[in-house]
Amino acid sequence: MTADHGRCEVAMTVNGKAAKVCAHPMERLLDVLRRDLGLTGAKEGCGEGECGACAVLIDGELANSCLIPVLQANGASVVTIEGLAREDRLATLQQAFVDCGGAQCGICTPGMIMAATCLLRKHPQPALDAIREGLSGNLCRCTGYAQICEAVAEASAHGEER
Amino acid sequence: MQAESIIGTSVPRKEGRDKVTGRARYIDDISLPGMLYGATVRSSVPRGKIKNITFDPGVPWNEFVVVSAKDIPGTNCIALISDDQPCLADGLVNHPEEPILLLAHPNPHILPKAVAAIRIEYDPLPSLFTIEESESQAEVIWGTDNTFKRFLIEKGDVDQVWAAADYIVEGEYTTGAQEQLYIENNGVIASFDRERGVTLWGSLQCPYYVHKALMKLCHLPEDKVRVVQMETGGAFGGKEEYPSMIAGHAALLAMKSGKPVKIVYDRMEDMAATTKRHPSRTRHRTAVSRDGKILGGEVEFVIDGGAYATLSAVVLSRGTIHAAGPYFWPSIRVRARAVATNAPPHGAFRGFGAPQTLFAMERHMDRIAAILGISPVEIRRRNFLKPGQTTATGQTIREPIDMGRLLERALSLANYSEKKDSLRRDHQSATRRQGIGIATFLHGAGFTGSGERYLASVVGIEGCADGRVRVLVSSTEFGQGTKTVLSQIAAETLGLDYSDVEVAQPDTETVPNSGPTVASRTVMVVGKLVHSAASGIRETLIAAGLLSEGYSRDAFLKACAAYVAAHGEFKSWARYEAPPGIFWDDEKYRGEAYAAYAWAVYIAQVTVDLSTYSVSVDDFVALQEVGRVLHPVLARGQIVGGVAQGIGFALYEKVVWQNGRMQNSQMTNYIMPTSADLPVIRVYFEELGNVHGAFGAKGIGELPMDGPAPAVVNAIADALGTGFDSIPLLPEDIFSAVTAGGLDTPPASQGAR
Repeated sequence: MTADHGRCEVAMTVNGKAAKVCAHPMERLLDVLRRDLGLTGAKEGCGEGECGACAVLIDGELANSCLIPVLQANGASVVTIEGLAREDRLATLQQAFVDCGGAQCGICTPGMIMAATCLLRKHPQPALDAIREGLSGNLCRCTGYAQICEAVAEASAHGEER
Repeated sequence: MQAESIIGTSVPRKEGRDKVTGRARYIDDISLPGMLYGATVRSSVPRGKIKNITFDPGVPWNEFVVVSAKDIPGTNCIALISDDQPCLADGLVNHPEEPILLLAHPNPHILPKAVAAIRIEYDPLPSLFTIEESESQAEVIWGTDNTFKRFLIEKGDVDQVWAAADYIVEGEYTTGAQEQLYIENNGVIASFDRERGVTLWGSLQCPYYVHKALMKLCHLPEDKVRVVQMETGGAFGGKEEYPSMIAGHAALLAMKSGKPVKIVYDRMEDMAATTKRHPSRTRHRTAVSRDGKILGGEVEFVIDGGAYATLSAVVLSRGTIHAAGPYFWPSIRVRARAVATNAPPHGAFRGFGAPQTLFAMERHMDRIAAILGISPVEIRRRNFLKPGQTTATGQTIREPIDMGRLLERALSLANYSEKKDSLRRDHQSATRRQGIGIATFLHGAGFTGSGERYLASVVGIEGCADGRVRVLVSSTEFGQGTKTVLSQIAAETLGLDYSDVEVAQPDTETVPNSGPTVASRTVMVVGKLVHSAASGIRETLIAAGLLSEGYSRDAFLKACAAYVAAHGEFKSWARYEAPPGIFWDDEKYRGEAYAAYAWAVYIAQVTVDLSTYSVSVDDFVALQEVGRVLHPVLARGQIVGGVAQGIGFALYEKVVWQNGRMQNSQMTNYIMPTSADLPVIRVYFEELGNVHGAFGAKGIGELPMDGPAPAVVNAIADALGTGFDSIPLLPEDIFSAVTAGGLDTPPASQGAR
């Protein structure tokens, strides 16, 4: 990490690939992902960690990237919504969201799918209450959550990865 | 041609794949070369004269583009209905957060500091913050009497009914402001060059509203303004009229700087400065016979429109017409007013006035039932509108609706009668009470009265070189499924596969004006036009001898491709024509208010925790008649999502005002339901057959916003034996009422005799 007008170099693994960026250490991981790496899947909904639209996985843990200073992600493995599909094949959860109507306007969907991915990795067979609890940090204004929860249950029944 | 098979099936959402992979492009995902970022300097006072503006010399202002009202090339207003709202305040401000100056800079991080470095001094003027203060006319802040619009509906001679009434029941009901809380904030990008004029990309519902507003503001002809809708992350009415404002701001900065300018609000700015649902007050005075028949009544409905007229007249109109609910009134008088206050203008939000008056009507029905000593079920059953009867506006119900049957089915689905007894008997304790409540209601689909005739929407279908077709509409997708359902309709009409149809991106340069995407009109009105335009394509191919009846999909693709090869462009248009025999009097507010209504019965079961005073909704049955369900998954998604917003309206979502400014403009302190807060919402459809929309569909989008609040509050009243007539109803409100009045007192019976 070298200083360059207060900037530093941050090395991460993003969606399985090495990524180096030069950024102010306190810049939000969300902005670095979107602006420097062109990964615009993670969205800003509230900028204060309430809505979960910016959620990504950092070393396997769900995190709101609007609250993470980029330096904190140095050396970490970050997975965003863009890292789930294998080429043109959707991940099981993504397909389930399409099939069950889990995405309406779609703005919460990337964060919601990252939260659901994290949930299913920890609890491969969650009961409905566990799904509702597990996704309660991600706000959706369109769906009333029912079809999102059904998508997660559907993906769980198929196994997390195809 | 294949048998009908696409309509009624849950085909995959057209843009679903892009949305689940993060590839869908919303406005904030777009960056243009050389783009600047814009910010808005807003008023800090509710009302006053701007005395002086000073720019802190510590900021290098030469790096900034600064726009004031003086830079506006055209008229300083947001063109909508009455052009009273300035785009930038010029000498006078009428509400907190009113835009005064605009700034643009290449570095977005510098902007907040620059905004803070501009000091504006005001000569404050007296201001009004509530309906009552506005009515008092202690100060006149708008027009001559603080009133944007009045409506009067009169049916029969209500003055004659009071003498004959066994009971006269009065009640007053209020609803609060509600934030749309789409997860994607308002945002746009504007660019300008002398040749092409202004191009605007944005998160918006109504491209042609923005088009009209920019022409007037920027003083540009029709062909020098282009508006393109990007993927839109939720709207709910919150992106109906407001985008014209933010679009105007970005366009002014782009015209002055010659560079593309992006303005995307952060959450606090979006919540504090943009529109919300109109706060309301509804008073009912109803004459009822001993056997529970409504004889007549008076309704007074008032909404707080905020500082400028915007859409308040139209919201008021829909609320006024829905004030009578799904009931037969031999006589009724509805007086309605939209009044001005010094708050940011209130605006469109799903339901558009109807959730306010239907909350009042449905709470009032429970009050009437309590006073008469009959059940909430019975009072409704005895007063439902039936085919052949007339509504408050004198519209004869021609649909084969049977609300009694809908009610019976919903009661049975909710196991109502058993629960009504057992909840009272077995589930009440010192720490919790349970109850069950009903709301029965209707929602008119499409624009009110002559609205659709004035809109005269146009839809196009384009045959493409590969034989497939494109739907050309300005109707926008923002989650409801516009693209999917319109594609289903076109495919079904033409005997094509769903994948043979695509919907063009709404872009005023390439799509006709199919009207705004509002008012539960897209499937019913625009869908029908898609059907007509698609039929035109088929007929042209048949007339050209390229296709014969009973054709296969492959034959169509070949014929269409051959036509395009021979003639170049191949487009078919359809324009809205009012059905014959439709009468509407704009002056007297009499006639066919809506081409069709959706009808519903919702039943909520709740638990009130008497240690925390919080309410949980334990079961929710939503039964509705919306005509033919074209896409079961999307239709259910509309209902569940609407019910969730309705439960939020009733129990969670409270805008805290201070001097016209929202104090809780964050997701941290303005609370909407999470996945852990909602019950399983059980959705059922009844299909009675209807001839209005494409393949028999009516409107669906707004209906589910109307019923949840009264059903939930009626259930709370059932649980506690205490009526509540104001929403939002937060734990502290229940606490105050219960500690003040105790439990198990009968509902207040003002005016009973």
